[in-house]
Amino acid sequence: MYNLLIGGAAGQGIETTAAILEKLLKTSGYNVFSTKDFMSRVRGGHNFSLIRFGTEAIHSHSNVLDGIIALDDNTIALHKDNLKETGFILCDANLKTIDTRAIKIDLNTMAKKLGNPRVSGSISIGAVLKLFGETLQHINTVVPQFIKKELVNINLTAMADGFNCTEKKFAHLDGQYSNYMLISGTKAVALGAIAAGLKFYTAYPMSPSTGIMESIAAKSDKAQIVVEQAEDEIAAINMAIGASYAGLCSMTGTSGGGFSLMVEALGFSGIAEIPLVVIDVQRPGPATGLPTRTEQSDLDFVRSASQGEFPRMVIALRNQEDAFYQTIRAFSLAEKYQLPVILLSDQYLGDSLATIKTFDIKNVTPQKPLTQYNDREKYLRYKYTPSGISPRLVPGKTDQVVIVDSDEHDETGHITESADVRNKMVDKRMKKLKGLYHELLEPDFIGREDFNILLIGWGSTWGALQEAVTILNEQNKEKYAALVFGDIFPLPKKLLQEKVAQAKAIINIEQNATGQLAKLVREEIAITFADSILKYDGRQISGEDIVNEIMRRK
Amino acid sequence: MANQFCTYETAWCPGCGNFPIIDCLKTTLEELGKKPNEVLVAAGIGQAAKTPQYINTNAFCGLHGRSLPAAVAAKIANEKLTVIVNTGDGDSYGEGGNHFIHNIRRNIDITHFVHDNQIYGLTKGQASPTSMLGLVTGVQVDGNINEPLNPLLLAIAAGAGFVARAFSGKKEHLIDIMKQAINYKGYALVDILQPCVSFNKVNTFSWYNKRVYELKDDYDYTNKINAITKAMEFNDKIPIGIIYKENKPTYHQKNKILSDNIPLIDKSINKKIIEDMFQEYI
Repeated sequence: MYNLLIGGAAGQGIETTAAILEKLLKTSGYNVFSTKDFMSRVRGGHNFSLIRFGTEAIHSHSNVLDGIIALDDNTIALHKDNLKETGFILCDANLKTIDTRAIKIDLNTMAKKLGNPRVSGSISIGAVLKLFGETLQHINTVVPQFIKKELVNINLTAMADGFNCTEKKFAHLDGQYSNYMLISGTKAVALGAIAAGLKFYTAYPMSPSTGIMESIAAKSDKAQIVVEQAEDEIAAINMAIGASYAGLCSMTGTSGGGFSLMVEALGFSGIAEIPLVVIDVQRPGPATGLPTRTEQSDLDFVRSASQGEFPRMVIALRNQEDAFYQTIRAFSLAEKYQLPVILLSDQYLGDSLATIKTFDIKNVTPQKPLTQYNDREKYLRYKYTPSGISPRLVPGKTDQVVIVDSDEHDETGHITESADVRNKMVDKRMKKLKGLYHELLEPDFIGREDFNILLIGWGSTWGALQEAVTILNEQNKEKYAALVFGDIFPLPKKLLQEKVAQAKAIINIEQNATGQLAKLVREEIAITFADSILKYDGRQISGEDIVNEIMRRK
Repeated sequence: MANQFCTYETAWCPGCGNFPIIDCLKTTLEELGKKPNEVLVAAGIGQAAKTPQYINTNAFCGLHGRSLPAAVAAKIANEKLTVIVNTGDGDSYGEGGNHFIHNIRRNIDITHFVHDNQIYGLTKGQASPTSMLGLVTGVQVDGNINEPLNPLLLAIAAGAGFVARAFSGKKEHLIDIMKQAINYKGYALVDILQPCVSFNKVNTFSWYNKRVYELKDDYDYTNKINAITKAMEFNDKIPIGIIYKENKPTYHQKNKILSDNIPLIDKSINKKIIEDMFQEYI
């Protein structure tokens, strides 16, 4: 397994260089996992991408580097301590570094000679391919996916030039992943929504959630989706609810700050029983916090957001496959139980790319509201039923009228203050949870069946926990396992109770300061956590970080 | 024949301006030949916002200030619905002010009837965005010191294509304006002056009745400068009628997906198109 860092200032083209390189490596057969560490600025500062690739499954980033592609001196200064002795620093001949691992190339002169200073990134890509024993065979198919047509040829030439000015340093490894997808969490959510039958997406731009809106907009023509940029998040969620009432599969997305504005309408979806899918791509808060960084600190918030009591579901996305399939499932549960479903993602998952099997939608059938009503009885939007689920017609598609209300209402949908009706309606809505409990997915169990130390996490730390448990079990006398929650509210308890009973010690691992999952677990079952590993610096924990932290505390 | 839109008992005060407005709405819908299932009446929260509760149509009783986003989205979903927002001055211009401005920009083909009584009724008598200077209330104890908003002027400035004013006391005129507003292709605003018998003791029925006058045929509502001048007239004389009208492309005409006149709700794509999208990631 190899690990590369591409770093420089914002505006130097790191993103495109990384995107082309990682796709070339995947096409060559590698399993690729990449992450981004970007500052909230358009020019300057320090940004980097990490690209990890190998022939085995990779679920987490690593900070131990085999190579640095440095577009400025700052990158070398900041990261050289993480570079292995055998590693390399690829950089322009003009950089000041005297590190013995540096491979200096006249990138800028070569680029100027080609007639465009911006192709220096492609020269670096060519050089990296050579260093890792790759060929240029895939550049003709990959480069046009990322570069404007008129600039393809010059970039191809630049790659060949870079390839020819370095020597092979590492062996090419034969991987089996060339037919897999290489996709980010953000794009996987967008495709999941489209596969679920999305017809209307509305949001107000907010990092790190905006990529979902942009990805859907890019496909809106083919997928016949209306994408509307709302004037604020309150408008966005109310539009999503209005469209859903009128029968559209609709969605909104934001980060914690925008979700804060959406809170009242979340409860409206609850009481009016209008299906709603909202994604909160978390970033560190409170308030503006760290806009382009990652955290898992909205769990407490989203599971209790909005006044009053109503059923809701919260699903944490753990990886790029979840991002696709759980988004589809969110739409299906929202429609079936007529309630809000909140997807929790974060910047790390959204911006990370993983190599996964091509999505399979053979068995996906979007759930839709009823378009026929043949019953002889009068149509009641909020009819009392044993399951609590009432028949949902949409306005204008039958000869019935459909009445929905944010006030407490009777079965017809009209406002009421009757104590009896109030009790019945609250009971009816909460009854839907009984059905929902049967649909909950137990957490992923990772590691040794005969474990004695149990790690508990949720969402995007899934990859780091996968890696950590593997390393710990290889290195240690203790036996480790992990439970990683996807469905998180309501909390599925079956597997948790079973595994907790077996554990000698339980450690929660979370990207927040207060241990929000541990708190939720303790609300449901009486257990003691032996320790907590909590990270809230805006940078994602890696598998190695977890291992080191556990070893340090032993 | 009984009007098919009539159904429910109301919770409004006797003499409330909402009664003639809802009566006129029912008559308008009947005379336009609409059926209850083709019409969606949406509202936020407030006394006027109870309108959808008392009329036999599809009804969306949403959150305070948020009727417009929900209503326009319903129209995006199904352009065959006749979408009407009936709600108050607080809901439309106060809590929902941002949506008011930006939905004018979208120009979605809905009708917005603002029941404007220049007071907050549901919360029992505080200043609204259109309350006049000096109005004394339980909160504005020394009289309202904030400039009243001029919704018509704001709407014209923001680019609305149909801006009108009516008065709940002139029912025939109101019905005529309602019909024209519903038939207008695009966002249509009608600011309907109405007395609040319980909480606004200044702008009473006779206060309005003395001041309103109908714009005559010689008034050119297509002239924006005229319209701006007319919209600013709110003193001893208050003009009612269409203040400004201009045909402009609607959201559905401007939007690539919607411009084919097939309701979005009736569109679907086959799985092959989605599966093809996966290919670019391989």
